[in-house]
Amino acid sequence: MHRILAKQTLSPNVTRLDVHAPRIAQIRQAGQFVIVHLAENSERIPLTIADSNPETGAVTLVIQAVGKSTNELVALNVGDSIRDVAGPLGHPTEMISSGHALCIGGGVGTAVVHPIAQSLQKNGVRVTSVIGGRSKEWVIFENELKRYGNVVVCTDDGSYGRKGFVTDAAKEILTNEKVDIVYAVGPVPMMRAVANLTRGFGVHTIVSLNPVMIDGTGMCGGCRVSLGNETKFACVDGPEFDGHKVNFDELQDRLGTYREFEQKSLACAAENCRLEKQLSQKS
Amino acid sequence: MSARISTKQRMQITRQAMPEQDAAARAANFLEVNLGLPERLALLEADRCLQCKDPRCMEGCPVGVNIPKFLDLLTAGKIAEAAQSLLCDNALPAVTGRVCPQETQCEAVCVRAARGLPVGVGYLERYVADWAREHRDQLPQIKPQPTGKKVAIVGSGPAGLTAAGELAKLGHDVTIYEALHKAGGVLVYGIPEFRLPKKIVAQEVERLQEAGVKIECNVVIGRTYTIPELQKNFDAIFIANGAGLPVFMNVPGENFKGVYSANEYLTRINLMAAYDFPRSDTPVLQGQRVAVVGGGNVAMDAVRTAKRLGAKEAMIVYRRTHDELPARAEEVHHAEQEGIRFEFLTAPIEVIGNDKRWVTGMKCQKMKLGEADSSGRRRPEVIPGSEFVLDCDTVVVAIGTKSNPLLTATCPELKLNKWGNIVADENGATSLPGVFAGGDIVRGAATVILAMGDGKKAAQAMDKYLATRAK
Ligand SMILES: Cc1cc2nc3c(=O)[nH]c(=O)nc-3n(C[C@H](O)[C@H](O)[C@H](O)COP(=O)(O)OP(=O)(O)OC[C@H]3O[C@@H](n4cnc5c(N)ncnc54)[C@H](O)[C@@H]3O)c2cc1C
Ligand SMILES: Cc1cc2nc3c(=O)[nH]c(=O)nc-3n(C[C@H](O)[C@H](O)[C@H](O)COP(=O)(O)OP(=O)(O)OC[C@H]3O[C@@H](n4cnc5c(N)ncnc54)[C@H](O)[C@@H]3O)c2cc1C
Ligand code: SF4
Ligand code: SF4
Ligand code: FES
Repeated sequence: MHRILAKQTLSPNVTRLDVHAPRIAQIRQAGQFVIVHLAENSERIPLTIADSNPETGAVTLVIQAVGKSTNELVALNVGDSIRDVAGPLGHPTEMISSGHALCIGGGVGTAVVHPIAQSLQKNGVRVTSVIGGRSKEWVIFENELKRYGNVVVCTDDGSYGRKGFVTDAAKEILTNEKVDIVYAVGPVPMMRAVANLTRGFGVHTIVSLNPVMIDGTGMCGGCRVSLGNETKFACVDGPEFDGHKVNFDELQDRLGTYREFEQKSLACAAENCRLEKQLSQKS
Repeated sequence: MSARISTKQRMQITRQAMPEQDAAARAANFLEVNLGLPERLALLEADRCLQCKDPRCMEGCPVGVNIPKFLDLLTAGKIAEAAQSLLCDNALPAVTGRVCPQETQCEAVCVRAARGLPVGVGYLERYVADWAREHRDQLPQIKPQPTGKKVAIVGSGPAGLTAAGELAKLGHDVTIYEALHKAGGVLVYGIPEFRLPKKIVAQEVERLQEAGVKIECNVVIGRTYTIPELQKNFDAIFIANGAGLPVFMNVPGENFKGVYSANEYLTRINLMAAYDFPRSDTPVLQGQRVAVVGGGNVAMDAVRTAKRLGAKEAMIVYRRTHDELPARAEEVHHAEQEGIRFEFLTAPIEVIGNDKRWVTGMKCQKMKLGEADSSGRRRPEVIPGSEFVLDCDTVVVAIGTKSNPLLTATCPELKLNKWGNIVADENGATSLPGVFAGGDIVRGAATVILAMGDGKKAAQAMDKYLATRAK
């Protein structure tokens, strides 16, 4: 059992949970994730390790509530427990040891970029972060990222920082400054757009892929992604890959495999809530 | 041997049939197919054993279960002793009695097979083991002297569980590390409930825990800890992480929605209870026309599972013929009874999808059997121009698994063969002192009983090794 040590709401649907997992807190590296299994009959879902504190044994997870499993997780409170947390899984991020790195985060992806920026700065690399959200309230991890370098915030509606997409700000930086490597994490369309942009500049670009996973140990092949003609299992060969090779269309398409089921699952959960409320009102 | 019955009388008894669920009913549920012999039939079947002086059946069993002995005790009404004898040779008889390919092992060489049907060793093993599960209090509990030696076991499949049991019996302090959230390996995530109820595996795991074995789930060796790290904290290590890396066909269209590896398909359903969606949270596509590629136990399990999930047509696509199917004979027979369609001499060359990239069919070609290859099996050859499209909406690929490099990649000193399997001698010793290995990670995908045999041998060798180590 893994106790929730702290909880914080970061944006309307993004929650930070600090979960007790001492071994993972001690050894995790940037780019790695855990598989979380809330309770018997829950799904096993992958979540990136956004930060950790080896002293308290806390692993920070930043969770965007999109469906049943993530909604159940963000409904947990301090003192509640998660049944299973396995990890750290995946390969650590490919690092550089000098120069200038551009870290681009979109939405909850900003939390995934955080450990990368943290690690780069430790290596003595200059870090510029470009992060984005729909509007001001959706921007997360700005202060944390400021510790590692310059941060450019973009919002779609201009309510905070620059108006526009992260790619616009990234393009400007790539045009005006020497950038040695780009890391981009966010929704698939954003990563695709960044990869298309950096291809023109010839800058090596690493993206973090989010296919559906079950075991996270290379046993099921459900997380397979295509890089050129090669098939890779994201959980063991990734989750980070060369963005210029990834077949984003296929990834986006496979992510939709269970859409009907997901809606049913959420509806069923909502139905249960209603039933429970009715029952508790009666009693 | 009891003289209460003559050999002639024994020869006159015919083989007892296993009572099973009606085929039509069971094709729509996940309950066990075989119901188990009732006492009367079990005793009758046990009496069929001729109590050979030189029992060939024992040679056919990879772990040499003393078959005549446990059968003699059974017929003599000493079932507790029969159980003890059986459990001494085989740590998981309730499992092997159900899943061993008896027809190619113990039963294949039973003298009675020469004239008629062999003794139903598997059925009787299951019978005695099931009795033992329900009468644990009637079996002696051995409390060994602790040796103070610590042993780590990687993986909780049959090899790991067997080794753990043996080592605990010898007084060693055993910890099993399992990557998944539940112990049992293929026995829980692969083999379906209708062949091996999960309760049986859970009971075996509990029994080990009562004997002092610690099981830590959610620990992925190679990630959470590496083998070199374990070496610092344990006196010996047994690696039994299986061969769980699925092989795909490498044909176009294999990443369309609706194509699964058998591992993914079965894991979703068995380990994650997807058959119970939405009460359980993990979904699985419930195809109406499911094509399973392969002919082994894994393929049979997948195709019969698809049928149970409501597929109108659940098909096996196999490039050889019925006679070459590597699956257990009983599974093939059960599959046929349940209305599984078999497409023999058929090999897929492409998965076809619609514009939304959902599977709509599989392009296949017909094969014919040519010359025998080095393994003695006739090699399938393509019949030119025989291409056709098999109509299906789900494809499950069950053509094998390879060794998973996750663990071995973080322990480069460990010697591997060209397929990535760990090299180990007949006692399980690897190239690293104190590190032993067994089961599928050494053999490549094999069987439950071979994995258990490896676990037992390695445990004995590890015990010897531990004795040589100063405290
Ligand atoms: C390596 C990796 C790291 C991730 N890190 C984070 C993170 O730090 N924070 C975060 O909020 N999200 C992260 N995700 C995504 C997260 O796992 C999914 O949002 C979550 O599984 C959705 O589950 P659900 O039941 O709430 O939603 P559902 O309603 O089941 O699904 C919503 C969408 O989530 C995706 N999804 C569904 N099931 C899975 C699954 N088992 N594995 C992966 N994706 C799935 C699909 O695209 C689906 O359409 C990560 C994914 C991967 C692969
Ligand atoms: C669907 C299916 C049906 C089968 N049917 C039969 C049958 O009828 N009869 C028969 O005899 N055989 C059958 N087999 C084969 C048999 O199950 C295997 O040969 C046997 O389970 C191998 O045992 P094992 O202990 O070596 O490995 P496994 O049973 O594979 O167990 C390995 C365990 O190690 C864990 N693990 C893997 N990597 C790590 C790691 N890095 N760290 C920690 N833990 C790890 C895995 O999660 C797993 O639990 C079948 C196999 C399958 C898949
Ligand atoms: S373990 Fe398997 S092969 Fe050996 S006697 Fe039992 S059923 Fe037969
Ligand atoms: S070979 Fe057959 S008849 Fe002889 S002891 Fe073994 S099971 Fe009995
Ligand atoms: S999640 Fe199963 S192989 Fe990657």
